[in-house]
Amino acid sequence: MKHTLAVLVDNKYGVLARVAGLFSRRGFNIDSLAVGITEDPTISRMTIVVRGDDHVLEQVTKQLNKLIDVIRVTDLGSDESVERELALIKVNADANNRAEIIQIVDIFRARIIDVASKSVTVEVTGDSNKIKAIQSLLKPFGIKEMARTGKVALTRGSKSS
Amino acid sequence: MTGKPERMTGARAFVECLYRENVEVIFGYPGGVLLPIYDELYDAHLHHLLVRHEQAAVHAAEGYARATGKVGVCLATSGPGATNLVTGIANAYMDSIPMVAFTGQVPSSMIGNDAFQEANITGITMPITKHNYLVQDANDLPRIIKEAFHIASTGRPGPVLIDMPKDITTTEIDFVYPDKVELRGYKPTYKGNAQQIKRAAAAIAKSKSPVIYAGGGVIGADASKELVAFAEKIKAPVTSTLTGIGGFPNDNDLYLGMLGMHGTKYANYAVQESDLLIAVGARFDDRVTGKLQSFAPNAKIIHIDIDPAEISKNITVDIPIVGDAKDILKSLLTYVTECDTKEWLAKIAIWKRDFPLFYVNRDDAIKPQYIIEQINEACPDAIIVTEVGQHQMWAAQYFKYKEPRTFITSGGLGTMGYGFPAAIGAKLGRPDKVVFDVSGDGSFQMNSQEMATIVQNDIPIIIALFNNGYLGMVRQWQALFFEHRYSHTTIENSVDFVKLAEAYGALGIRVNKPSEVRPAIEKAIEANRPVIIDFIVEREENVSPMVPAGAAINEILDLERTQ
Ligand SMILES: Cc1ncc(C[n+]2csc(CCOP(=O)(O)OP(=O)(O)O)c2C)c(N)n1
Ligand SMILES: [Mg+2]
Repeated sequence: MKHTLAVLVDNKYGVLARVAGLFSRRGFNIDSLAVGITEDPTISRMTIVVRGDDHVLEQVTKQLNKLIDVIRVTDLGSDESVERELALIKVNADANNRAEIIQIVDIFRARIIDVASKSVTVEVTGDSNKIKAIQSLLKPFGIKEMARTGKVALTRGSKSS
Repeated sequence: MTGKPERMTGARAFVECLYRENVEVIFGYPGGVLLPIYDELYDAHLHHLLVRHEQAAVHAAEGYARATGKVGVCLATSGPGATNLVTGIANAYMDSIPMVAFTGQVPSSMIGNDAFQEANITGITMPITKHNYLVQDANDLPRIIKEAFHIASTGRPGPVLIDMPKDITTTEIDFVYPDKVELRGYKPTYKGNAQQIKRAAAAIAKSKSPVIYAGGGVIGADASKELVAFAEKIKAPVTSTLTGIGGFPNDNDLYLGMLGMHGTKYANYAVQESDLLIAVGARFDDRVTGKLQSFAPNAKIIHIDIDPAEISKNITVDIPIVGDAKDILKSLLTYVTECDTKEWLAKIAIWKRDFPLFYVNRDDAIKPQYIIEQINEACPDAIIVTEVGQHQMWAAQYFKYKEPRTFITSGGLGTMGYGFPAAIGAKLGRPDKVVFDVSGDGSFQMNSQEMATIVQNDIPIIIALFNNGYLGMVRQWQALFFEHRYSHTTIENSVDFVKLAEAYGALGIRVNKPSEVRPAIEKAIEANRPVIIDFIVEREENVSPMVPAGAAINEILDLERTQ
């Protein structure tokens, strides 16, 4: 089971190390982690995707809450939240197949952000499934490099996490 | 605030902050980056005890905290000084003891350059502190110290470390000590949820065979009186964990002694047959539960704890109540009525009669259990501090503790070398008490250098050294599970402890016969100075009873002396 946690933390020296250290020391698995500051510059938001059953999720949440620098932990159930990831994919391309690639990019509402004689770089945002899908369609052309952010997420509607 | 804030260096501010926190004693050891601070300590109104190894400073701070309930404070220099604190910090973390550890650090501008005596002590101690700080601006120092004492002593107590680069201590600041702490990520829950308390009371009313399982949290929360009132009101027997010892008076009929691996048989039987287990400030440690799947199989579980993360960590809890044990027991008292436990208590009385703690005393060899009994008779109000090993278990089993904070031992971490320095801290915190370090010949040698500290400072501590010539507890396991192959556990004749005492200027007494045990103890108490009593004990006595690792706690065996 995967869970997405929104963790609001004090934007302080060492806070990322504290959170990462907690996960490794207690044997929790992180699938992805994204960090950035929020509307309040003294607060950072970590979006952490963890793998585990309900017992693991409960322990992760409680142990995170024990960290002094952690302000709030919210479990973002998938129905109540909007989630996005961003990927940059550099794919082999030449005059013969560029059009085909552009077509795929259009279908996914992705964008081409760099073009060279032998490659194009595609930017795509979406949930994990969408990124997986475009990745598999581009694969036959030869993916040279790929960079992917962790997932970021917010609750739906006017409620905040 | 009245008037203009005073201008002073970080080092001066450090001392001012300690005054504000009513710190009376600190344990420390100087070094290069601490020179500005030590210069301030030269004429500060603080008792600074100079130890001989930083590990002793941190253990002593812990012993002080355990004996007094106050925050223990220690101080060490950067690099090796700081890393020498690590074991003691981990120890305090495992047993939830309030402590603030200060370390010096290389100047801010040199951090990260592998400077001389640089160690990343905040990184190293992250997993073993409740929180830690690297001071980056001298103006933050007073706020950080205020927060550290607050964090260490509230909620689930624990150690907090403050790393102070040298330039922080020489920079001048406007000294303002904040009167409030504002930490948006730290709000411990003290008041138990009323609904949960009512559910617990209802479960208690229905129970026919309840057991109260009391841990170190009872002592930390200063909840012993409430625990006694609660147990007596519902007529439930009480068992203690190792660190909970002293939290319930040993001479109370409801007391079952310690449970778990070296607990009493009747405590373990009672837990296994209980229909309701009421855990108070305890954390279902593996030394207590034995095989987890067969622990208290018929019991509903109520768990009272200040730390929500302890609820259902190891064992699924039916009725959790998060909050302060004292507060929760008080409010539970207003809801509960007497349980019908007559039959249950009668059954337990029979277990107590049929399966008591016992050992076979002899005239021609000193039984370690006998020494503990004699210390108990000679000095029932003593503070007993222990090292780690067989002697520790005998001290837990055979002394009749009547009050909290009279038994001080390394529980969660099991740190050899802890007892002697912790005894120093306990004695400084409670000078009115006779303090014994119940010690083993192995453990004592891990911090024996502190003899110099107690002699130089005239700190009367009695080291009751159980000299069996073995790393006895390990030898016991080798005897039981490794066919008596005593691989590297023999330490006989390694040192003459009487001469060692004398070399430091302390009193050394050797005891070879049972008849000399009591007189030696009395002589040591009378002497009121540093003493080592070298008790030559039965070498291969085993700690009994014992739950083998991985067994259920009612599968508890009597162990004869190893043949
Ligand atoms: C620092 C440390 N190292 C190793 C151990 C493992 N250990 C546990 S008990 C023990 C033997 C203790 O010997 P001694 O102090 O003589 O006590 P005895 O068991 O003989 O009473 C050892 C080596 C430990 N607990 N702590
Ligand atoms: Mg020994």
